[in-house]
Amino acid sequence: MDTLLQQLLNGLVVGSVYALVALGYTMVYGILGLINFAHGEVLMVGALTALTVITTLMGVSPDMPPLLLLGIGLLAAMVVCMIVAFLMERLAYRKLRNAPRLAPLITAIGVSFLLQTLAMIVWGRNYHTFPQLISTTPMQPIEGVYINPIQITTIVASAIIMVGLVLLVTRTKLGRAMRATAENHRVASLMGVDVNKIISLTFVLGAALAAVAGVLFASNYGIAHYAMGFMPGLKAFTAAVLGGIGNLGGAMLGGIVLGLVEAVGAGYIEHLTFGFLNSSYQDIFAFVILGIVLIFRPTGLLGERVSDRA
Amino acid sequence: MSNSNPVTPILQLKDVKIAYGGIQAVKGIDLELYRGELVCLIGANGAGKTTTLNALAGTLGLAGGELIYDGEAISTMPAHKRLRRGIALVPEGRGIFTRLTVEENLRMGAYIRNDSAAIEEDLEKVYTMLPRVKERLQQVAGTLSGGEQQMVAIGRALLSRPRLLLLDEPSMGLAPLVVEKIFEVVQTVKDEGVTILLVEQNANLALEFAQRGYVMDSGKISITGSGEELLANPAVRAAYLGEAA
Ligand SMILES: Nc1ncnc2c1ncn2[C@@H]1O[C@H](COP(=O)(O)OP(=O)(O)O)[C@@H](O)[C@H]1O
Ligand SMILES: [Mg+2]
Repeated sequence: MDTLLQQLLNGLVVGSVYALVALGYTMVYGILGLINFAHGEVLMVGALTALTVITTLMGVSPDMPPLLLLGIGLLAAMVVCMIVAFLMERLAYRKLRNAPRLAPLITAIGVSFLLQTLAMIVWGRNYHTFPQLISTTPMQPIEGVYINPIQITTIVASAIIMVGLVLLVTRTKLGRAMRATAENHRVASLMGVDVNKIISLTFVLGAALAAVAGVLFASNYGIAHYAMGFMPGLKAFTAAVLGGIGNLGGAMLGGIVLGLVEAVGAGYIEHLTFGFLNSSYQDIFAFVILGIVLIFRPTGLLGERVSDRA
Repeated sequence: MSNSNPVTPILQLKDVKIAYGGIQAVKGIDLELYRGELVCLIGANGAGKTTTLNALAGTLGLAGGELIYDGEAISTMPAHKRLRRGIALVPEGRGIFTRLTVEENLRMGAYIRNDSAAIEEDLEKVYTMLPRVKERLQQVAGTLSGGEQQMVAIGRALLSRPRLLLLDEPSMGLAPLVVEKIFEVVQTVKDEGVTILLVEQNANLALEFAQRGYVMDSGKISITGSGEELLANPAVRAAYLGEAA
């Protein structure tokens, strides 16, 4: 029982990160019908930017409090990621808005490679130790169940950001314009909405969330490198589809569900396969679950329709 | 009226051409609207009426010619800026945001405004004009009937406080009683001084309301005149009012 509780807790941590990234996928899909495969790389750019800023600051002023360091690193990561996403949309995707769907999809894969390669040039091929500025010393709130402060931070920060995003989208004038644009670009422009601005904003907002996810991810594992965005990106995309792509609630639910299934699965995979597979095969679960959901519920858990503008 | 009026038109189309790909749908038209007028544009299906209105609102570009609004060339101005200048379009098929609530749809109409107190007043005005809409404010707009959606579409356009209102077949597919109600609203808007360009298939009704009319045929303006003149014109009667010539 304690193992299960422990797995669920671990799953919630990873799931929160997936959810943050999945939101970026789903927002862009909702407004453009585009699967931005390069979104996972934004997480990587965020983590590595924070790494550089934090290690530089640590060198310059060693007495800076850890939380301030992390805060500045996070802020820098968000700014850089927002710029990267803005340029991505402006330079790569905008011209392809009315192109056949395959063109932007292939472009997105190209952008993904480009970002990885650029990151490799800037940060090298090595794994970097990411400073763990929030403690990773485990606490034991329940006998046999461990949680550390960075895990708590991950869950709480993700939850706050998600609530904020939902409030923005459902309660504000800007959010209303985003939803109107997602439904119909042309009519939104007839309401005086600058559709290009709303699309840029959607990319930038998604990138900010990915930056936070990247910093949290690296802080949890204590590692960052140029290819670190690929797997969480793929998982988050899976989570977005799982929840119903284009749907905010779906992305959050999909992320959490995926994290939970993966963690619990990892805990039991040896038993399930009679020792044939060990926990390093946990990635299987994400894709098996995705396959099953798509067979029985092609629109995902919360999706009503795949797209109005397919 | 326009002949004797020394005032410059609020809107002027000069040899306007509009094309889809290489195919010209509007082949060089001239049209003028004067402040406070209600002018209608009639013509058969596929004549180019919707194309013309979309180009006026800015969601379609010109292939030639010029648009002058309020003395300013606006041919290349994007749609969202034209709304800020006072040109609002109620598009063909209504263009309701089906996943937004009725109230959210209406508030989208006031997107360009920041005078919140006045927006609330205008909302109240729309509610009194369209009482059936008020009972359904929190409903998702996609669940409304066609007539209710048309009312919301018109109310939404009014919330931008337009100076020039373009209406694309507001009576399309609606029951006679609803159509009557919609024309009442159009009349009220006109009485408030808004210039209106009305596209209608229902030529009889439109020409009775309008001071002037243009008849469009295969991308060109074929006939123009006052409402009464057009109603009396045998060619118009034959083509658009369902009478034998
Ligand atoms: N999106 C489009 N792409 C290509 N051709 C179009 C498009 N919309 C309209 N047309 C063509 O342009 C012409 C005028 O259409 P339209 O302006 O909709 O006419 P109306 O509103 O008078 O019925 C028609 O021949 C129509 O087939
Ligand atoms: Mg039409």
